[in-house]
Amino acid sequence: MNNPPDVSPDPTEHEEYAHNVAAHRNRYLIVGGILLFATGLTVALSYVDFGSRKLNIAVAMIVATFKVGLVAAIFMHLAAEKRLIYRVLLFTGLFVFALFWLTFLAWYDPVSR
Amino acid sequence: MEIPYTVSNRPDTGLWNAKIGIWLFLASEVMLFGGLFSAYIFLRIDSPAGLWPHGLLNVPVGTMNTAILIASSVTVVLAWAALKMRKYNAYWWWMLVTILCGITFLAVKLAYEWPQKFEHFGAFIKPSALEKYEPYLGNHHLEEKGLPQRMEITGHLHNHEALHDPNIKEYEIALDPVNADPANPAMDRPHFFYVPPTDKIAKIDKADVERAGMFTPDHSTYFATYFTITGLHGLHVLGGVLVFLYMWLPVSKKVYQRNPEHLANRVEVSGLFWHFVDLVWIFVFPLFYLL
Repeated sequence: MNNPPDVSPDPTEHEEYAHNVAAHRNRYLIVGGILLFATGLTVALSYVDFGSRKLNIAVAMIVATFKVGLVAAIFMHLAAEKRLIYRVLLFTGLFVFALFWLTFLAWYDPVSR
Repeated sequence: MEIPYTVSNRPDTGLWNAKIGIWLFLASEVMLFGGLFSAYIFLRIDSPAGLWPHGLLNVPVGTMNTAILIASSVTVVLAWAALKMRKYNAYWWWMLVTILCGITFLAVKLAYEWPQKFEHFGAFIKPSALEKYEPYLGNHHLEEKGLPQRMEITGHLHNHEALHDPNIKEYEIALDPVNADPANPAMDRPHFFYVPPTDKIAKIDKADVERAGMFTPDHSTYFATYFTITGLHGLHVLGGVLVFLYMWLPVSKKVYQRNPEHLANRVEVSGLFWHFVDLVWIFVFPLFYLL
């Protein structure tokens, strides 16, 4: 086999490694619980009148962004990832920003407005 | 031929190949869904008052599906952790639960939510005829409260042939509660639980209707964006389930026996895809079901 596993075959070392993974497992369960709670919160808040629909949308999007942040940071391991992946995501972020900015620019379209 | 760097890190990138591959793929997926979401924002912001519907989707069912997807995100990461701890049996069970969650999500969408929409009917009334249908629209009441007016009458269509036969001059609709009792303050905001159409029948002249149809993508901008985005999302769920199924079947146990870390890495990258699918749904759910 050309590709050695990145986990040491030494049983004692692997035991320590497995112990670390086991500790992470509890964190995943807690994050899952928080996400379910936040889903209930999103539903409940959508029935609260914040005065304008725009404000209701803003509140729901803040909760959704928090949930997405948790999924990305913990489940997708972005809280501690290799630098190259952050670089890829930096460019993705820039392009997404540009995409949404185009939508915003449409408000200043001299032809249709 | 041996494919290199499926387990060990490539010296120049510092990552095993599939890891960088899935992130590049997810970057393209962000742009794909980003395009659709920006189109949604564009269309919604420009939508005239009263023409963007609220409360047409079943909120408890949508909430349940959201919970199912979140639960499956937890189980897939637990499946991966089990592989890392070299507990194949635990991995097998967590993966099975993940697959079942994905199938349940799809089944609810395709066998219940979408068909229920296809059986529902709505007719947008011409602005000049809004007054004639005031008993079903309740716009005087809404105006007093400063709420956007209603332009559409919805419910179950009794005479389906009216959709295609030009000789039939009117639609017969069993009204939704909101149109059966439009001035009731309880109808000002959408209900949490789905309430089926009432026994109250309304007859609507085709001449007074701007456009009408079942709740299909051509019904309105709202349903066009809803079916496009949830349809594409559903295809992603299906893709994820098929990949997970492959990794759950005995064929993948051979990979595990050869090198357990190789299977763990496969589960990790497919799990990353699955979390992304979950992440998209976290935005879809409030935008379409609640707001």
